[in-house]
Amino acid sequence: MSQLEIKNLHVAIGEKEIVKGLTLTIQSGEVHAIMGPNGTGKSTLSKAIAGHPDYTITSGEVLLDGKSILELEADERARAGLFLAFQYPSEIPGVSIANFLRAAQQARMAEGEELDASAYYKRLYSKMDLLKIDRKFTSRSVNEGFSGGEKKRCEILQMAMLEPKFSLMDETDSGLDIDALRIVADGVNTMRGPNLGVLLITHYQRLLDYIVPDHVHVMWDGRIVKSGDKSLALELEAKGYDWVKKELAAATA
Amino acid sequence: MSQPPESGTLETTTENPVVGIDQTKGDFQYKMDYEFDAGTGLNENTVRYISSVKKEAPWILDFRLKALKTFLEKPMPTHWATKDLENINFDKIRYYLASGQKPKRTWDEVPDDIKKTFERLGIPEQERKFLAGVEAQFDSEAAYSNIKDLVAKQGVIFANSTEALREHPEIFRKFFGKVIPTGDNKFSALNSAVFSGGSFIYVPPGVKVAQPLQAYFRINAENFGQFERTLIIADEGSEVVYMEGCTAPKFSTSTLHSAVVELVALKGAKIQYITVQNWANNVFNLVTKRGVAHEEAEIKWIDCNIGSRLTMKYPGVVLKGRKARGEVISIALANDGQHQDTGAKMIHAADETTSNIVAKSISVGQGRSTYRGLVHIPKNLKGCKNNTECDALLINTNSRTDTYPAITVRGDRNATQHEASVSKVNEEMIFYMQQRGLTEGQAMSLAVNGFINDLARQFPMEYSVELKRLIDLEMEGSVG
Repeated sequence: MSQLEIKNLHVAIGEKEIVKGLTLTIQSGEVHAIMGPNGTGKSTLSKAIAGHPDYTITSGEVLLDGKSILELEADERARAGLFLAFQYPSEIPGVSIANFLRAAQQARMAEGEELDASAYYKRLYSKMDLLKIDRKFTSRSVNEGFSGGEKKRCEILQMAMLEPKFSLMDETDSGLDIDALRIVADGVNTMRGPNLGVLLITHYQRLLDYIVPDHVHVMWDGRIVKSGDKSLALELEAKGYDWVKKELAAATA
Repeated sequence: MSQPPESGTLETTTENPVVGIDQTKGDFQYKMDYEFDAGTGLNENTVRYISSVKKEAPWILDFRLKALKTFLEKPMPTHWATKDLENINFDKIRYYLASGQKPKRTWDEVPDDIKKTFERLGIPEQERKFLAGVEAQFDSEAAYSNIKDLVAKQGVIFANSTEALREHPEIFRKFFGKVIPTGDNKFSALNSAVFSGGSFIYVPPGVKVAQPLQAYFRINAENFGQFERTLIIADEGSEVVYMEGCTAPKFSTSTLHSAVVELVALKGAKIQYITVQNWANNVFNLVTKRGVAHEEAEIKWIDCNIGSRLTMKYPGVVLKGRKARGEVISIALANDGQHQDTGAKMIHAADETTSNIVAKSISVGQGRSTYRGLVHIPKNLKGCKNNTECDALLINTNSRTDTYPAITVRGDRNATQHEASVSKVNEEMIFYMQQRGLTEGQAMSLAVNGFINDLARQFPMEYSVELKRLIDLEMEGSVG
């Protein structure tokens, strides 16, 4: 059992504060969804936790199993068990998915230890079968010339292979068509289980038709302003974000 | 012991602090006592000394002395090339250092320290595994030279230039200095004056050498100049693959490597020449390489330039016979403090000749890459084709890359195609890879390997593995 704790987190890009004191705890086995309008800091939150150099954590804590990860480099956080499914994943020309994942696995091994190539491919193929991905897919260069759906498939396959403790899935505003939505949903549902915690970032409720969350949080202006179970997402869908805004205004008035 | 021509400036030992030891495989040195030493500096006596030690025929001495005159007369090409050339002090260089003139045929006979050197570089092991023959040059002369019996029985000659001049003058003289004349440039003149070592290969008509022949050039002494001379002749319908590797320890002063390589592919012959150089970063590497491809012949240069302080090298093919084909595949990696000035030359001199140039350069930190290309198709020819692609990859904003393609295509019965691109490894891409658990160095290394992947796949497997390893080392070292 693992635990990811975000405590009163403040994040800035340059001088501008984007996340303004966010607190959230995720346990293994749980799926949390963060919803909110554009520009409210959802993507910033996930990138800051993953250790992107452009995002400065000005105060607060992020603890993985009780230990702070804020002093760790992005790659160290990844090896500690954090995975970020990118909204806009980078292209890596000339590097096949299979070789990329192999390098990522090799990076997790002790110095001097060599990855067993045949065991690796066996595992890769079993994950691909599980996710119903064509064998030819992994000989293509990472994300190069990929459609939106292919990019999602590539992220999900990486997640399946790297078996993180926590996956931060940044799906905001990516204009997912229904196929891409299904790929993400099927992937997460397949991997869902006691060893994986998920933070699902989404703008629209419809993704939650496919991935049913245990907890739903509404983010507004850099903070979580409302939390509830899956019914909160439906309420939000019905009433719109203005409803939250009004409630908030009433509370602070 | 032979006496050097000059006294006072002679250094009898080669004591050197090995500065800045790192993980680089080639960075080590054994202390040597050289039996033959031409002293420091260059004049007529130096040339006479080298020629007499080698017991050369008078025409060779004559050739050398004329070349020395040409070298001294020619200005440095700094009107187009880097001013860094002016930092070469020709008076401080040692032009000939050898322990003997005759290479050994078995590794057991090779002196211990030299043998240890090549064992550390993995040469005997590679020879056993996949090579048809090996020549291992230590400073000025080959310490070891051997060819597998099976290949020798086919009539293939594989020797160093000293031996070949003595034993096969009739073939050597016919082709020697014909592809690259002494006066081609200042450094080809220098090489022609003081050349020593390098390979001589002759492949008889119709013989296809199944495994590659390999030469390894090792610089061991400080303030030394290595001037090997290689001549490869593939007779009609024959095929040969030649590979060369080079390393030197890191010294506090600079070292000069200035080779001349001439290839002759007669009718229907194929020569593939592969270089993976990994010079320490204070080596001036100024090399002239050119081949002549006769009718329906093919010459392919695969040239990987890693390391050195300054490399200037533009492998070329003169497409002399109808339907001849020339190709240059070039990879250059310029790290901090390095300048890779590389490219290709294709001189079309017959109808229906085709040439292909693919050059990829990687500039890291303050490293600088320059591509210079020359493609010449005269007006009277028809059916000629050239394809040129140059791609540059920049890793961080201080890197610099320049492209100088010169394509002269006259007449309207020929076709050329030129593409160039510059791309950057950006922060987002590195972050993406780091997020998957790769360190910054591993991420950059993977990006670079991806960039050259389509070219590296054309290499023999052993060499693409070596190239990948070298890139990994360079990129690991480049992360602050």
